[in-house]
Amino acid sequence: MMHYWVGNLGHFFVITSFVTAIAAAFAYFRAAATEDLGNKNAWLINGRTGYYLHAVAIVGVCVLLFVIICNHYFEYHYAYSHSDKKLSTDYLISTFWNGQEGSFLLWMFWQALLGIVLIHTNKFWEAPVMTVFALVQAFLASMILGVVLPGISVKIGSSPFILLREVMQDAPIFKTNPNFIPEDGTGLNPLLQNYWMVIHPPTLFLGFATTLVPFSFCIAGLWFKKYREWIRPSLPWALFSAAVLGLGILMGGYWAYETLNFGGYWNWDPVENGVYVPWLVLVGSIHTMISYKNSETALKASVILVIATFILILYSTFLTRSGVLGDTSVHSFTDLGLSGQLLAYLLFFAVAAIVLAIVRWREIPSSKEEAAVYSREFWIFIGVITLCFMGFQVLIPTSFPVWNQFVGLFGIKSSLAPPGDQIAFYSKFQLWFAIIIAFLSGAVQFLWWKKIDVRTWMQQLIIPFVVALLAALIIVNVRKVFDIRFVLMLLGGLFTICANAKIIIQLMRTSPGLSGGAVAHIGVGLMLIGVMFSAGYSRVVSLNNTGMMISKDFSDEFNRDNLILFINEPRTMWGYDIEYMGERLVPRYHGGYVRSSDVVTTVDKDLVITKIPQNLEGVAYKAGDTIRVKGEDTYYEIQLRKDGKTYKLHPRAQINQEMGGILASPDIYRTVSADLYTHVSSVMNTTEEPEWSPLQEDTVRQGQQFFANDYVTVLESVERVNTVEGVTLGDQDVAVRAHIRIQGERGDYIAEPLFVIKDKMVGRISDEVKDLGLRFTLLSIHPETNTFVVGVNTRQKDWVIIKAMEKPFINILWIGTLVLMAGFGIAMVRRFREFIKMRAKGQE
Amino acid sequence: MKKSHILIIVVIAVAIGIMVGTAGDASTYVNFDEAHKLAAAGKTKDIHVVGQLKKDAGGHIVGIEEGADRVSFSFILVDDAGKEQRVEYNEPMPPDMLKSEKVVIVGSYAGERFKASKIILKCPSKYQEEGINA
Repeated sequence: MMHYWVGNLGHFFVITSFVTAIAAAFAYFRAAATEDLGNKNAWLINGRTGYYLHAVAIVGVCVLLFVIICNHYFEYHYAYSHSDKKLSTDYLISTFWNGQEGSFLLWMFWQALLGIVLIHTNKFWEAPVMTVFALVQAFLASMILGVVLPGISVKIGSSPFILLREVMQDAPIFKTNPNFIPEDGTGLNPLLQNYWMVIHPPTLFLGFATTLVPFSFCIAGLWFKKYREWIRPSLPWALFSAAVLGLGILMGGYWAYETLNFGGYWNWDPVENGVYVPWLVLVGSIHTMISYKNSETALKASVILVIATFILILYSTFLTRSGVLGDTSVHSFTDLGLSGQLLAYLLFFAVAAIVLAIVRWREIPSSKEEAAVYSREFWIFIGVITLCFMGFQVLIPTSFPVWNQFVGLFGIKSSLAPPGDQIAFYSKFQLWFAIIIAFLSGAVQFLWWKKIDVRTWMQQLIIPFVVALLAALIIVNVRKVFDIRFVLMLLGGLFTICANAKIIIQLMRTSPGLSGGAVAHIGVGLMLIGVMFSAGYSRVVSLNNTGMMISKDFSDEFNRDNLILFINEPRTMWGYDIEYMGERLVPRYHGGYVRSSDVVTTVDKDLVITKIPQNLEGVAYKAGDTIRVKGEDTYYEIQLRKDGKTYKLHPRAQINQEMGGILASPDIYRTVSADLYTHVSSVMNTTEEPEWSPLQEDTVRQGQQFFANDYVTVLESVERVNTVEGVTLGDQDVAVRAHIRIQGERGDYIAEPLFVIKDKMVGRISDEVKDLGLRFTLLSIHPETNTFVVGVNTRQKDWVIIKAMEKPFINILWIGTLVLMAGFGIAMVRRFREFIKMRAKGQE
Repeated sequence: MKKSHILIIVVIAVAIGIMVGTAGDASTYVNFDEAHKLAAAGKTKDIHVVGQLKKDAGGHIVGIEEGADRVSFSFILVDDAGKEQRVEYNEPMPPDMLKSEKVVIVGSYAGERFKASKIILKCPSKYQEEGINA
């Protein structure tokens, strides 16, 4: 049955959200522009009502989309193309933002909430700020409208509530049966079935949404000619935004590190660059705002940077969603035909903000005298310029596709493409900027606002610098850091850590609440050191030292950097004994690993039947029970052993039969000083029939021991069974199953070959124990002697080829990230308290 | 000269430096003939080639060969000028490759062989999605 009501109600909410956003924007605009208090209040109430209705409509849209996804209403395109019935609840949630429409919704949802928070915290600024907010919401709501303008047949937006049959109008099934509902959806990309994909997008979009807050205050300040006052309410939000956006970006990097096998957390893909650039500019704007609060400088710079941050967020949205990156990015969204709308969104706010800033430019106060060279404001400004350069350098190549399109409009053919080796290209520039940032963020902390005597400054600096230098010398020699760029980066990082640690020690006695900046800069120093080691000194440890090629079909590089591991044959790597233990499957709805050799596969790749009783993280299965597994994933258990301790690694491969390839995801063994990053680089071809040795026959009784390829084996029992998978048994037919136990190197295995007499014909169904490379067949039954003939074939042992890399000190990067976030948090609390205090005094 | 003027000059200089540096490293979109000439002239920098997978008269993709290690493969790309070239890639086939309407490869010629270091797929937008299994 078609569930039309969900979609109809959804469409209604979408249109309501669009209309109420425009109404709220208009009412707030009138409230802001009206002088008369009575009228102003009336318009304010209108605006607020409109905005609340808008927020309710947005929540309604979100709830209905969840209803469609969670109830598997596959008549809707969104559910059909992004989910299936097997997805567990957390991945059903991430289905929500898997499509473009859902991610727009997520963005709008956060902004709707932020707007309500602002209405309740900022009375004075409500009208102008909410005008901007409601306008932005109107543009976003238009992206999911899905309305065709009558007459000119221009489609506006792409609705998440579109029916499958409306998308696939040409599909024959809908011509014959318009009410056809598919049994199951096409599912969620397995790479996205990862817990980071449940929390990374909401965090990132909260970061996107929060950049709107300082922007709105800035526009309101320019509009109301309150050039100084907008800084105070914006600053805590800018800090919050930098923390959340930064965290969101890093979560994306962490997901890539854990899931993709390119061996890193950052690939300089346009999609990543698109958020990195605004984040840098946002951090720059925080510095100029703080500079203004303390010494009345850099107000104009703050205006420029706050506007630039938001415009860059819109620009990155345009880049990733308009299809313009199609030729350059590995993972941009599919083109929904929204490019015109996205461009209008970008240009509207860019032009409006820039025009407003130009009109007001001369009125913006700026300090008459120049900043002294030995002053904090001067060097903060240099640091901000460096941050902007970092962004600029990334922005230019990322914008090549836009440039090609743009000059193409004037008939000029441009075929610029981003550099082939993006990582080397960007690192080359970014590294030097990062070194400058590291030294500045240490040294400038000891400069005073306005002016300082050089001697006093040097006296302050000398101790942290000497400590950093000594530490760097030791580390350089111990870790053999002999590249001058890396030495400088290490020294810079250590210097900023020492310098800011000194500041914190001084502040602890008097006012710990002011330590946010120092903590954040320590985080930056740690991150730089972590990046330098983990990326600069990442090395392959799975070197093939045997002197034998894995195969002459492989390239020399592949033969050198990869290890072949045969099952249960220990080797050494990275100072550990390493041993491949066999294939594993994972249950879909709970934890644990299932030995592939312990289960029987069925027609459905996601259902297996266990041959032995199992207890998987608290869930017990009896022999013969069905376990629901993730059929597309195969895990390869690899044990690392050292000093009597054992660690397990489970790198994963998704074997795609129709495409003939494997998609490998790494597993990471974490030690304090380094990560061991391991992924499979080649696996056995499961579709090819292996070469079996000639059959060995054993005549045995029940309970009798025999040897199968030197393994102690017992025919435990033989029993009659009534059902056989894939075979229909008639009244006259007989099926018998043998139960054979084999003692392997690593525990017992069960084989259950079948002997079937169907329509007076004999059929034998063998059973293979993959881990041992053995196949058992029940050849014949002799009731007269009560014996059975068991046939055994052997084949080459299972193997897997792995590549492993050492990522030194990567933990310092993650710790640094958390420290940076903590610093932003402390600073945010401080600035928010300031704001509350001043608001209480009537100076909002 | 005022400090702010010096600063402005420095900023402009660095910005120009960045742009020149970027332009020097930038790759270009070319066809196979141009790529071959570039390689013959000793320019081994990676270039981008846009094209489509080779199809037979029935619209079936032909010429895809899986590597011995199952983690590499090669395929025939027809560039916009119509030239065919076998492209080798040292990684497994990216998902959706066979569904893509356009393929962008980043790589260069090594002699007569073209080795791709990256493949970017342009997939049809969802409004052109055709098949559904009933």
